[in-house]
Amino acid sequence: MDDLKTLLKKLSEATGVSAMEKDVKDIVKEELAKLKIPFKEDLVGNIVALKKGSRGAGKVMLASHIDEIGLMVTFLDENILRFTTVGGIDERILPGQEVIVYGKRPLKGVIGSIPPHFVSKEKQNKVLSTEELFIDVGLSAKELKRNVETGNFVGLRKNFQELMNERYSGKSLDNRVSVLSLLLLFDELKRINHNWDVYSAFTVQEEITGLGAVSSSYNIQPDVGIAVDVGFGKQSNFPSEYTVELDKGPAIAIGPNLHPGLESSIVQIAKDYEVPYQIVAAPGVTGTDACDIQISRQGIPTILVSIPLLYMHTPCEVVMLKDVKRTARLLSLFISHLSSDMFKGDKYAT
Amino acid sequence: MLLEKLSNLDGASGDEAEVRNFIKGKVKNYVTNIEVDPFGNLICFKKGRKKSPIIIIDAHMDEVGFMITGKRQDGTLTFSKVGGINTSVVIAKTLRIGRKKIRGVVGIKPVHLLEKEERKKVPTLKELYIDVGAKSDKELKDIEIGDFAYFDTDFERLSNNVIKGKAFDDRVGCSLLIDIARKEFNFPLYTVFSTQEEIGLRGARVIGNRINADYAIILEGTGAGDFPSRKENARVPFLGKGPTLTVMDRSMIADRELLEIIINIAKREKISYQLKQPGIGGTDAGRIQVSQRGVKCSVIAVPARYIHSPVSLMNTKDYRDTFKLVMAVLRHLGRGR
Repeated sequence: MDDLKTLLKKLSEATGVSAMEKDVKDIVKEELAKLKIPFKEDLVGNIVALKKGSRGAGKVMLASHIDEIGLMVTFLDENILRFTTVGGIDERILPGQEVIVYGKRPLKGVIGSIPPHFVSKEKQNKVLSTEELFIDVGLSAKELKRNVETGNFVGLRKNFQELMNERYSGKSLDNRVSVLSLLLLFDELKRINHNWDVYSAFTVQEEITGLGAVSSSYNIQPDVGIAVDVGFGKQSNFPSEYTVELDKGPAIAIGPNLHPGLESSIVQIAKDYEVPYQIVAAPGVTGTDACDIQISRQGIPTILVSIPLLYMHTPCEVVMLKDVKRTARLLSLFISHLSSDMFKGDKYAT
Repeated sequence: MLLEKLSNLDGASGDEAEVRNFIKGKVKNYVTNIEVDPFGNLICFKKGRKKSPIIIIDAHMDEVGFMITGKRQDGTLTFSKVGGINTSVVIAKTLRIGRKKIRGVVGIKPVHLLEKEERKKVPTLKELYIDVGAKSDKELKDIEIGDFAYFDTDFERLSNNVIKGKAFDDRVGCSLLIDIARKEFNFPLYTVFSTQEEIGLRGARVIGNRINADYAIILEGTGAGDFPSRKENARVPFLGKGPTLTVMDRSMIADRELLEIIINIAKREKISYQLKQPGIGGTDAGRIQVSQRGVKCSVIAVPARYIHSPVSLMNTKDYRDTFKLVMAVLRHLGRGR
């Protein structure tokens, strides 16, 4: 494997807006090939990698979505582009961001902002809606028409950046850190015995419908599902009910969306092997692939492991690589200990 | 064009040293005298064969930016604006801080966790903070209160003519002025790179007092008004339609005679020009004009979209045309009456 920092930079800077995940998939395919892990691309575009277990005792499916939030061109307004959002974009972050418009060729551009000289003070405090905002790629109306059309995808653009304390900032770390942790997991699994077959689904369109999780869990029919995603890390000025922090290991979710037997088992393994972990309360349906995996087929015992992340859904998300490594390590240990005893019977009763 | 390098340099009002040192190196072999005044203005003098007219060409070195105002116990930084910036363009951007250019991000609460009202309001700068990854204020030894911070933007070419970068206001003026300082003139010419324009045209005030000039031409990067077709928005100047001349802004009314001369030269030289929408912004001209016995002032600007944000766009054709126009105007004024 490449060193993790280089690989995370590559994954972060690649564009993979929901339904145009190709560039990210290419990186994943390349890394899987290097790891000598066989993979297939399914009907909807998920990449499913498989590492057979020594006894074929069961099937565990891990899922990390590879798509990211982005924008889409709605129409050409003279020399600028109007757009709508793809996924949960915060309109507050848009003015002054850099983008790539995927027209006939990729076009670098910016989201325009009106200088303070032209706007009254009161208007400056109002968040501009996507109808009011626009993209400028520096072309004339005529050139624009030749290169861009309604429905073209637009990705946010941001350099990956190292901060202090081995923290890294960039776009789409939601959910490329999890993608990285699954690649790292395959590397770990080379050195550890596992009886179960390990499927890793790199899923598409999580930010929209969960299409990738629905289809991959239906196809694979796993006995156990593990969604790997990012979780809200505690930020400065954060409400006190959010307790997960960076540098404290993966967060294991508890709640109706997760299987209590599996959840307590992975917590026990984390304790036994002294892997730092955190618990996060998930009172409702998690907004992750776990949501769809759990209700696939006849129901699949599922857990959610989250990597702590700051400033989610902005181009300056922040993570720690250490948490990614801990996640891969905890997952490998859990997989090597997997047994049907963890979820058979009424674990909800205890 | 030196604009690429100039745009990537950091120099907010009061922190112009990096820009000043770069410019010094580029002009020192072409001028008779070069000095830095007590205000930080870089004043270069080119002695001509003749004694008059004495002309100032001025561009300001400073850009809008930020200053670190405090270190909080949890390792985050509080900060303030230096010059006019809409808070909306600060959110979710990377900044570089101080001489060591330490990177930090302006993070906000994730959209998933917002109350309905919060979605509609731009947070105030007081609610925002910079996160450099430190876990406590003890780790912030390389950052001092008073350090300046800048948008972490790289200069880039977007298309044949359109370039992207920060601080085009007024590094485009600096770049033009360096090009001009390297030419020969037969009259006394002061090429002046000023400081602290963005916090109230302050460097220009002492320049006007120091130099007793007949004319002053201010080179600017001015806000283009060609936003999308929304009636309430300004329309001029446009990107790609040439140098932009000021009739009146919030700092002055340009000298009518000098403006006429410039317009006539533009027409003669077949350089397309445009008039800036009156009543917006202010420039060093507003200070130099009212110094000493009064100075005939005019502003010639290159339009740039989205100035005072992390990413402005400019047309390189406007740059070339502005250079051509300013050179023709200088030659004309140099001939005297």
